[in-house]
Amino acid sequence: MNLENFLIVSAIIFSIGLYGALSKRNAITILMSIELMFNAVNIAAVAFSRYVVPAKSAMWMIGDDIENSVQFILTGHIFSMFIITVAAAEVALGLAIIIAIYRNIQTVSVTNMSDLKK
Amino acid sequence: MIFDGNESTLAIDIAFWSISASTIVGAIAVVQLKDLFRAALFLIVSLLGVAGMFILLRAEFLAAIQVLVYIGAISILIIFAIMMTRDMDQGSPFNILKFPAALISILFCSICIVVFLSTDWNLMEIALLDKTLDSTLIDGMSNVFTNTIPYIARLLIGNFIITFEIIGVLLLAVIVGALALVRE
Repeated sequence: MNLENFLIVSAIIFSIGLYGALSKRNAITILMSIELMFNAVNIAAVAFSRYVVPAKSAMWMIGDDIENSVQFILTGHIFSMFIITVAAAEVALGLAIIIAIYRNIQTVSVTNMSDLKK
Repeated sequence: MIFDGNESTLAIDIAFWSISASTIVGAIAVVQLKDLFRAALFLIVSLLGVAGMFILLRAEFLAAIQVLVYIGAISILIIFAIMMTRDMDQGSPFNILKFPAALISILFCSICIVVFLSTDWNLMEIALLDKTLDSTLIDGMSNVFTNTIPYIARLLIGNFIITFEIIGVLLLAVIVGALALVRE
């Protein structure tokens, strides 16, 4: 179990989500696939933050004051917290839009949502 | 010691492989199942697997957030939306781009795996073996990973304060927007 294992699992989940988002007709399934992609990115961010050294390339951040700046190796955690928040916001708004569209045209199929085109 | 690589015991390996298998199977089921409701339930399985993976990566706080936000809120919201939009008889069909999409996804996955395996990562274990890191730095980092929550709090309220505030404004905008959209 090392960094590559987590990255490969993350890539597989991201590709499954990409496949679902590209090939599905139901808008709710597309939202679920996008959630899968967000989760894959979260796994990768946290794995990088756990396994990769903030070595010479990032020493400008660590600096002399080790006590106060060693916390920067947790930047991946912060990033995935923000990703989770934005994903929650996105799902709430997306489902609201889907329900509003369903009220008007009685379908959630994205191939039929082409009223703006006509 | 956290970083010297001796935490890769058999039990942790078994945990990792079973968690990743359940996560991937759940993800495939989300995409492949005809029944939308069952797909949403398998999404919960997959999200639980991701939470377990966070625990394996010593991000217990993120695992708790994952369970609370994703499983407690987002999946319930998705299930409610599935029940409110009664398109269940259709299920979730594929569109005409099914095979090109599968091709693109497999291509993307294999490119990613090749890149991940061939990159020379700057790993913690290698740096420990080469003694390139300061010993106080190593002690500080293993302190951070024994209990991440105070350090996350310091980062969030200290260095990332502007992003934190903007996220608050974003959530307010989402509340207002969702209410405006769903109102009759």
